[in-house]
Order: sequence, then structure tokens, then C-alpha cells
Amino acid sequence: MTVTDTTVASRPARNDGQPLLEIRDLEMKFPISRGMFRAATEFVHAVDGISFDIAAGESLGLVGESGCGKSTTGRLLVKLMEPTGGSINFRDGDYQRDVAKIRGSEVKEFRSRVQMIFQDPYESMNPRRTIFDTVSEPMAVQKVGSIPEREKRVLELLRLVGLTPPQNFLFRYPHELSGGQRQRIAVARALVMNPSFVVADEPTSMLDVSIRISIMELMTTLARDLGVSYLYITHDLAVARYMCERIAVMYLGKIVEIGPTEEILSNPKHPYTKALLSAVPVPDPSIRRTPVEIKGGISKAINPPPECRFIERCPFAAEVCRTNPHPPLELEGDRHYVSCYRVDEIARELGQAG
Amino acid sequence: MTISLENLESRQVDPTKALLEVDRLVMRYHIKAGDVSAVEDVSFTVHQGEAVGLVGESGCGKTSIALSLLRLLPSNAEYVSGEIRLNGEDLLWLSPEEMRTRRWKDIAMVFQGAMNSWNPVYRVGDQIRETLDTHYRGVMNYAQQREHMEKLFSSVGLPPAMLDRYPHEYSGGMRQRAVIAMALACSPQLIIADEPTTALDVIVQDQILKELKRIQAEMGMSIIYISHDIAVIAEVTDSLGVMYAGKLVEYGPTSAVFSRPRHPYAYLLLRSTPSITGPRRQLAPLEGEPPDLLDPPTGCRFHPRCPFATEQCVTAEPPLEDIGGGHRVACWHHTEVPELEGALQR
Repeated sequence: MTVTDTTVASRPARNDGQPLLEIRDLEMKFPISRGMFRAATEFVHAVDGISFDIAAGESLGLVGESGCGKSTTGRLLVKLMEPTGGSINFRDGDYQRDVAKIRGSEVKEFRSRVQMIFQDPYESMNPRRTIFDTVSEPMAVQKVGSIPEREKRVLELLRLVGLTPPQNFLFRYPHELSGGQRQRIAVARALVMNPSFVVADEPTSMLDVSIRISIMELMTTLARDLGVSYLYITHDLAVARYMCERIAVMYLGKIVEIGPTEEILSNPKHPYTKALLSAVPVPDPSIRRTPVEIKGGISKAINPPPECRFIERCPFAAEVCRTNPHPPLELEGDRHYVSCYRVDEIARELGQAG
Repeated sequence: MTISLENLESRQVDPTKALLEVDRLVMRYHIKAGDVSAVEDVSFTVHQGEAVGLVGESGCGKTSIALSLLRLLPSNAEYVSGEIRLNGEDLLWLSPEEMRTRRWKDIAMVFQGAMNSWNPVYRVGDQIRETLDTHYRGVMNYAQQREHMEKLFSSVGLPPAMLDRYPHEYSGGMRQRAVIAMALACSPQLIIADEPTTALDVIVQDQILKELKRIQAEMGMSIIYISHDIAVIAEVTDSLGVMYAGKLVEYGPTSAVFSRPRHPYAYLLLRSTPSITGPRRQLAPLEGEPPDLLDPPTGCRFHPRCPFATEQCVTAEPPLEDIGGGHRVACWHHTEVPELEGALQR
């Protein structure tokens, strides 16, 4: 692999219209230990059989409240955790693997194609290592390039993420930089190996508004120019609106709704999505939101019953929800999938009420 | 002293009367590298029953103001000048003893991060009881305290039985509700809420903000909301102050500041906030970084990042000028800001 090739605008074409990632029935259950010599009988179903695709060059937003499994999903996709079930089919040009199954040196090879950006730019960097060390680390791990080549690549990346002049940053330490500059370094580190897929876990939620916008712009521009796909994990729907072409809404380990961003925001169909959207404050005092009331707080995902995960809080729950398993994702419009038995009834009920 | 549970119910509110007046407050932190000018000549008034918001980015001095009002600043902080008057009385001249009798009773605070506001080894009820012991010694007996606390918990939507639980048994949202209950314990006239919902999920945040708003109206309290989240502030406040680098750059009725922001910083801040409603408009990024307050810029502190800066902005500091209806702006070029709208339509 040539490390300095940043002109990969043709990357999406390389996949012949095939998705970059096909996730099928992905599952991650954490055992809850009840004693040293007893086998665990209870499991946290953090990710409970989810399926979706990410196209080459696409950014998908994964939104939901804390504890819904969105970060676990992100970690599974870059192999920071072993899933307990399901498959992750990763296709990057000629390279094709089921990420859930690969082991050992194959994992290392896979990791040269994926990267992760973390939330906290103060915690995700080693304070004793220079910016050059930090950004070039993936190259060192993958044994790519000589030292001068790595330096050239790092300078190129620093310029790309807007840290100019790059020479001035090379041998500085993280504590000398502001939060926004650090997050730029994190972006540079994620892109240094020229990955085709990046998982970004709340990359802007620690930053101030004005700095947040510039990091968001940087990430979208680079995604477009370099043909990188993002899984953008966030609790902030307004940020997701600006970053993602599609949004998936998670609730207790399940994807309850997935579709094009503007469609989800303007025409949510799952009762949870409706409640979530109606709770987002609007930066305009002249707008009064219409509340969608749901009951209680988020439940725990420990050995959940087979019915719809949202049933306890759902104001629309009926017999059909109690007697059937968790509803599958069904097509309800242009690329818009919803996991709810009562989509049509709810639309009718709300239509009558309004 | 008569303290009755009826105190919880309501207080007569005269919205024209000032409750808290912050008058030309200047505050510095002494650190090894020099003096950090954290709050510079800030004045604003909170009326009875009013909800005031302070917004700004990290390090703009909003939390320093909150801590100043309670006189809870660290030992390296120094009040240089100015007054903080509560019902006409200057809090800065009170002895530490006198100040202690004001905290929780006249001014209470809901701190940032409910997680860290509780001592993990005491039951929540016992921690609230401590406040009641301090302020109502000999006025309430044990049973009355219990009754009072149960009432407080019901008013913030917590089951009274939770009083006997430890903080770790609470969820994040419940803990923040308990913090609010504690702030209400002595029915203060003013509550300072510093990022009260920042760590919470949107649905819980929405519930808690509604609760606070309802309680505020019912009890006739004033609230100062401090947040970096402009959308939250837009929804819960009557008046709004925008801070930048220790200075109040714009202040006025929330609706006026939102519909006609006149300071370039306030303007850019409001325009760079993404929203899920309305058209998906271009967000305006703010170039540059906030200034180093060890050596703040001369003149207007925003001039190095301001698209309107002229020679005058570098040399002279703009006063906070009233442009009508209590809307005050500290900018030499505030009449030109509407033109920014056109310039930003790229």
C-alpha cells in the first residue's frame, strides 16, 4: 500500500455498488456474574440482533439515549470487542471478510482499514507522546513507511485537518493544544492510514459550539474528499442532522427506526423516535414544541422479555404488542424502516387527535 | 422565626422589583503566571420571579459569576470591585458567618453534574436534613423535617421512600431531581442552576426542565440558568445574557436577543447552533480561538475574531449600551450586524 495516496475519490466506485458493511443479527451480551463459581444466568443484551448496511462513502448516524447500545455497536464494528453472535461483512474493494470471525493477524490487517475517533480529546491521547508520535502511531503499528515517510505523511495530514503551519505542531504535546486542536489531531490520527471506515463516538460533544461546527465541517469535507464512510454515534440529533445521510435510532439494543435523515426528522414513525424528537430543545424561543409523553425512564436490558423493548413506556401499546415478539424492521416509505406493529394505527390516532 | 411548610407553596412576586443586582462586578484569579481577568465589569439585574440565562463558551466566566454570587470562589480569587446586592444588601461585605446563613436559604445552587453533588456514604435524606439542621435549628423537629423532605421529594417527582436510599441507587435523572429538591429545601428566593441538565439524556432533560419551570412559577422564585446549550436557555428563560471572555456582551429579553442579536459574537453563536427543526441552514463557524485571559485583547475582547473589527475596536472598549426595550449591546458596530446575515449566505 502506498501511504501517500490521498486521491481515492473513486473509492465508492471500487465497491461496485456493494455496501461497505453488511451487519446481520449482530449481538453482544454481557454476562452478569453472581458469584465466583456460578455460571452467569443473566445477561445484559447491549446489542440484541441488529441488522443494517453502510454504503461506501456514506455516513450513518446512530442515535439513542445512554445505555441503548450505540457505543457497543461502534466498538463491535471496529473489532474492539468480540460479538457474541451475528456477522459483520466488510467489503473494501477486493478485501472481504466477516469481521465477527477474523482472528490474530487478520485483525491487524483489518485495523489498517478502519479507525475510531473518541469523545474526549483529553483522554484519548497519551500526554507523554508528541503529536508526531500520536498521529504516526497507526503507521508504526502496521509497520508502514520509513521515519521520513511517516513524517511527510503526518505533515500532510496536519495540513489537511487545518493545523497550519504543520511543522509547528509536529513536536508539541497534547497539553499545549486546545480541545478543538486536539480533536483535529484525533481526526488526523484516524485518517493517517487512509481508512475506508471510521467510527466516531460523540466526537464533538465535549467541544464548545463554535469549535464544534468547525470540527463537523472538517469531518464532512474529509469524508467527501477521501471517500470515507462514517458511523457517527451521538445523542445529539441536531448534530446528526448536519453530519449524516441516514439515521438509525436505537433503543435497548434494538434499532427501532432507520432511514434518510430529513425523513426521520420530519416524519418519525416509531413512538420512541417521536418522543425523542419532541424532547429536543429548539434554539428559538418563538417555537413551542408539542410534547409526546412517554412513561418512566429507560429500562434495563437485563434478560429482556421477548416482546417489543419499548412496550413498558409506549403510550400506544396494545394487545398485538404484548402477544408477539419484538417487531421486525418493516419498510414504511423511501428507505425508511420502522420496527413497530402499530405504525398505521398510531398515525391514524395522532391524525385524529391533531 | 417562623418557618412553616406553607413557605414551600408560594411567595408574592412583584416582577418590577429587583431581587439580585450585580453591579460592575470585576473578579480575578491569581495564578502563578499572572492574573486571570475572569469577570470584567459585569452588570445585570434579576427581578422577582424572573428566569435569567447566561450563555457562553467554556472559560467565558459564567460559572465564575455563579460562584461569586454564592461567595464560593476558591482562595486565589479576588473581588476587585463591584457589588452584588440581594434585596439591596451587598453580599460582598457580609462576614463568612453571615454569608453562610444566606446560602441555601436565600440563594441555592444546583451544581453541574449531579453525580458529584452527593456524598456517596450518606443517605440522600440525611444530606438534605443537614441543610435543614443548619438553617432551621430548633424550629423543625425530626418528624417535621421528614414531612418537609417528603413533600419536597413529591414536588420534584420522586417517591418519598427514595429519601432512605444512597446516591448510587439513584439514576442520573433522579439524582438531579434530588439535587433540585435539596435546593428547594429552605425555599430560597433565588436558585442558580449551573448546567443543570448537561449530563442527562434529552427525554430526562426535558422532564427536569419542565419540572423546574413549574416549581419556579408556583413558588415565585427567580432562577439564573447557566449553560453552554443555547437551545435549553432559549426555552426556559425570560432574559438572556451572552458572555464572552469575562464580559457581558449582550443582554436583554430572550425573545429580543434571539430574534435580533446585535453583538457579532452573540449573532455567530446563535447562528452556529444546529437545530432539528426549520430549514437545514448553513451553520456559521466562528474562526479562531477564545483569548487568553492572562493577557486579554485590548479594546473589545472579541476584536481578533470579529468580522466587523475596525481601528476603534482595537483601541477603545465599547460600553454596554441600551438599544431599546432593555436590550443592551457592547459593540461599536451593532447597527451593522444585520448586514452580516447577507454576508454569511454563501
